[in-house]
Amino acid sequence: MWFISVFGAFEAGIIYALMALGVYLSFRILDFPDLTVDGSFVTGGAVAAISIVNGVPPVLATFYAFVAGFIAGSITGILNTKGKINPLLSGILMMIALYSINIRIMGKSNVALLNEPTIFKQIEGFWGSLGIDTVLNNMVSALGADNLPGTWSVVIIMIIITLVIKFLTDYFLKTEVGLALRATGDNEKMIRSFSANTDILTIIGLGISNALVALSGALIAQYGGFTDIGMGIGMIVIGLASVIIGEALFGTKTIARTTLAVIGGAIVYRIVLVLALKVDFLESSDTKLITAVIVIAALITPKIITARKESVRKKKKRAMLARGEGANNA
Amino acid sequence: MLNMKDISVTFNEGTLDEKKALQNVNLHLEKGDFVTVIGSNGAGKSTLMNMISGSLKPDIGSVSINNKDVTILPEYKRSRYIGRVFQDPMAGTAPTMTIEENLAMAYARNKKRTLKIGVSKKRKATFKNHLETLHLGLENRLNAKVGLLSGGERQALSLLMATFTEPNILLLDEHTAALDPSRAELITNLTGEVVNQFGLTTLMVTHNMQQALDLGNRLIMMDKGQIILEVSGEEKKSLTIEKLLQEFQRIRGQQMDSDRAVLG
Repeated sequence: MWFISVFGAFEAGIIYALMALGVYLSFRILDFPDLTVDGSFVTGGAVAAISIVNGVPPVLATFYAFVAGFIAGSITGILNTKGKINPLLSGILMMIALYSINIRIMGKSNVALLNEPTIFKQIEGFWGSLGIDTVLNNMVSALGADNLPGTWSVVIIMIIITLVIKFLTDYFLKTEVGLALRATGDNEKMIRSFSANTDILTIIGLGISNALVALSGALIAQYGGFTDIGMGIGMIVIGLASVIIGEALFGTKTIARTTLAVIGGAIVYRIVLVLALKVDFLESSDTKLITAVIVIAALITPKIITARKESVRKKKKRAMLARGEGANNA
Repeated sequence: MLNMKDISVTFNEGTLDEKKALQNVNLHLEKGDFVTVIGSNGAGKSTLMNMISGSLKPDIGSVSINNKDVTILPEYKRSRYIGRVFQDPMAGTAPTMTIEENLAMAYARNKKRTLKIGVSKKRKATFKNHLETLHLGLENRLNAKVGLLSGGERQALSLLMATFTEPNILLLDEHTAALDPSRAELITNLTGEVVNQFGLTTLMVTHNMQQALDLGNRLIMMDKGQIILEVSGEEKKSLTIEKLLQEFQRIRGQQMDSDRAVLG
């Protein structure tokens, strides 16, 4: 029973991880609290869904979603840099504008994809002929799980897609442009004095960030079989939760480590959420409350642990001095 | 190399806070000139620097670098020609990035930024060589985050980052003011070395009169948005703090007399 729940959470988590990577780019790399995410996630889903319904091949439809997200993010960047509007407000304005735009794109407040082709259905078709599912299911049932997943194709393909995007992101952040982008979030005055156009970098950075968010939205729509205007509500908090949980659990020593941590954070968040909802008195409407509690825990726990370690260290030192030894290396 | 013509700028014009930050300032720097700038707070030294760097634009007048008019060029484009070290040791480097990454960003100052890796193997070796000239052991800490360095180390790194790509003009804005005396001396010496090594055209603002006398071949004194004294060559070499103060009193005194004449 537990296996299939965790499996499902992992599956969704790794799709949401792309959104979390986007949030990491804006929130951490650019130091820009970008609320566009709540809107651009739906934009991704809406563009992909309406394209598929109109006969566009799913892969191309997903690419359209990516581009739409890039445009949405760029506009937030333009509002902030050229319009000199405060970052938070630029994001909020774009988010609220996207709400109407998303309904325009879909023509109504939701689009169903149940009888349409999706990336995942296409892969599943090909995957089924390989017979890998049986092998993996046999392995898992040998470990004692009884309720087995219908297909492994989604998990496997998403692991590949997410890792490819992670490595591309890592590489990009080490290029000359990438370094300048990071410096824009770190010390804008400094990088401008080294001839970097920080306005353009902010616009591009937010564009890429929201492109990833929209990509995630497009994949979630195809995974769930529908797009709904409300599917983006609170998305920024979920993204932040993933970033914060990931950083707390897996560390931030290097860029490559941090992007992996963010992906891990997105998966852990889903699993914790699913397990929490298994508690009897919690209902699915409590999801947002649970999210808030998870984020608070992820923010506070590391501080408590550090404070604990410090006090233990100091106690040891004092004890050592009291015994009259170690005075030299005190 | 640098030519500033009739630069005037007024802040908050038409309000009670109106301040004439620069009034008809003319300044010409030949290639290799090292000019020290002194003056009290509010004299217009920082405004002068910002006019050159492009973070402020003049109301009237023009700025040209290497015979190219750059008056309306935005700061980020102008910084292709200009290296700059700020007063705040935190201002010149990116703290969450490593030493080698910071150097790579500085390295790209006068080039087009591409999608190639910023810290390539070949560049790493170059960076190491440059860091060795600082004698701070930073060449062994290429992967350390700059935020972990001390103020003096960060300022030395900032100085290196601003100079090793040999900018047309180097701007030093009280870059030793926030350091303790021994670190300040170290940075002052390093400054002399790198400016000589690359023959950089330099403008240095300082509050330290001795430093203004020790470094450079020219000295200008500013007051109330104007250049009130210019000394160069042999005359500068024989200058002492005392003479400088006397000179200041003399000019200021005259100015006060003439003010009194107007008011009387």
